[in-house]
Amino acid sequence: MSRPDIQLQPDGRLRHFLTIDGLGRDLLTDILDTAESFTGVSERIIKKVPLLRGKVICNLFFENSTRTRTTFEVAAKRLSADVLNLNISTSATAKGETLLDTLRNLEAMHVDMFVVRHADSGAAHFIARHAAPHVSVINAGDGRHAHPTQAMLDMFTIRRHKGEFTGLRVAIVGDILHSRVARSQILALNTLGTSEVRVIAPRTLLPADCRSLGVHIFHDLEEGIRDVDVVIMLRLQKERMRGALLPSEHEYFQLYGLTEERLQAARPDAIVMHPGPINRGVEMDSQVADGPRSVILQQVSFGIAVRMAVMSMALGSQAGGGE
Amino acid sequence: MNTHTKTTYLQDDAIDALLEQMGDRIRSLLRERAIDDPAMIGIHTGGAWVAERLHRRLGIGLPLGTLDISFYRDDFTRIGMNPEVKPSRIPFEVEQRHIVLVDDVLHTGRTIRAAMNEIFDYGRPASIMLVALAERSGRELPIQPDVAGVHMPLLPGQHITLTGPDPLCLTIHRGSRKERGDASEAETA
Repeated sequence: MSRPDIQLQPDGRLRHFLTIDGLGRDLLTDILDTAESFTGVSERIIKKVPLLRGKVICNLFFENSTRTRTTFEVAAKRLSADVLNLNISTSATAKGETLLDTLRNLEAMHVDMFVVRHADSGAAHFIARHAAPHVSVINAGDGRHAHPTQAMLDMFTIRRHKGEFTGLRVAIVGDILHSRVARSQILALNTLGTSEVRVIAPRTLLPADCRSLGVHIFHDLEEGIRDVDVVIMLRLQKERMRGALLPSEHEYFQLYGLTEERLQAARPDAIVMHPGPINRGVEMDSQVADGPRSVILQQVSFGIAVRMAVMSMALGSQAGGGE
Repeated sequence: MNTHTKTTYLQDDAIDALLEQMGDRIRSLLRERAIDDPAMIGIHTGGAWVAERLHRRLGIGLPLGTLDISFYRDDFTRIGMNPEVKPSRIPFEVEQRHIVLVDDVLHTGRTIRAAMNEIFDYGRPASIMLVALAERSGRELPIQPDVAGVHMPLLPGQHITLTGPDPLCLTIHRGSRKERGDASEAETA
């Protein structure tokens, strides 16, 4: 993994957005504030501002994700950028070389920003390291490593409902081991000053270095969500699951599935989040997913504003800075 | 070397008196143009302060709108994102509405161009009347105020800024913006 400061311009502004790691509280707060100002754009008759007119943004997806790609595309279009969508299936061999060739070809088409989704950890960093000086890279999920825009849209959703992070108890439930979302969320929550971050998972779905991330570990769902303000459910990464880490989905739901009854242990005003897509009846009951405490669809809307913020901050920082 | 000098030009009661004159002038212009249900929009930040007072003074029925033109600036690729963008709020239908657009200082005209572009993204107004507390030299676009509180021919290197909201104060600065260390809109106003 590269040094985190590859993400920043010499003046401290965001150049690439690859990971939460190494970014300070002020910058994360700037992202949230900027996103806040973009939320209104989606409510207008003309859902578009001319900020990135003439810029070319390329969605470079080496791993399928229709939803994430779509929200990046919508965000870019609301900023008036032109969007290229490239779905590239990875070949197992000579990946580095192929990636570089792809990159050079697209740069020759004067792309200003790459939004990269890849099954390998570090792919977005690799592209950022080799990108031309005027090009920005946004990580839209790399292997088990990071998914920083997802984490920031979750932070945005939490801040909208709960205000300050200090004083909050947040529980992240499920497959922490395979989840780049969880890693990014934990970093963001801690950077923003959350009082207590808990992870709730079976031992087989926790990474070995979990404790060093600054979290409290629980193996029992009801115990773990007692008095929390926010419950974040993770998707069971079935496609990433190799080997018998779980007995069965049914048994997983028995132990870790969120139901209205279990949710009683959380604070009465607790919100329930999920990065989508939900496996209904596996991570949570439909009653909870569609219930009054669920903010899952808001997360999708806020995701557009957060991605608009990150795109415009990164492309704006290419401008030379200050006045 | 600090070459920055700062002179208070108008404040408190003097600005109130100016706003009263401006209010009268706006009222008679509206009458002339047979507009009886105008809406008002102030441009963040200084223009919104001025608009708030004019809005009250004129007793306009529709709630006051505010615009932050950061997303419509023509110099984004030069200066980048302003981290303190306020959301634009237009709490009325723009379509077919007569609009009184208010800014604090009219300088190059670029802010007004951006503001008009933004207004048109909300709908097609029937008309736009431009009001500025102060109008200074240095126009770069063919944009003129319908009503201006004061006209000020300034020298190159001189800037005028409004501070507020309470009390409002117009200040003339001489020296570079960096030395002043403020972030107001004089550059593109």
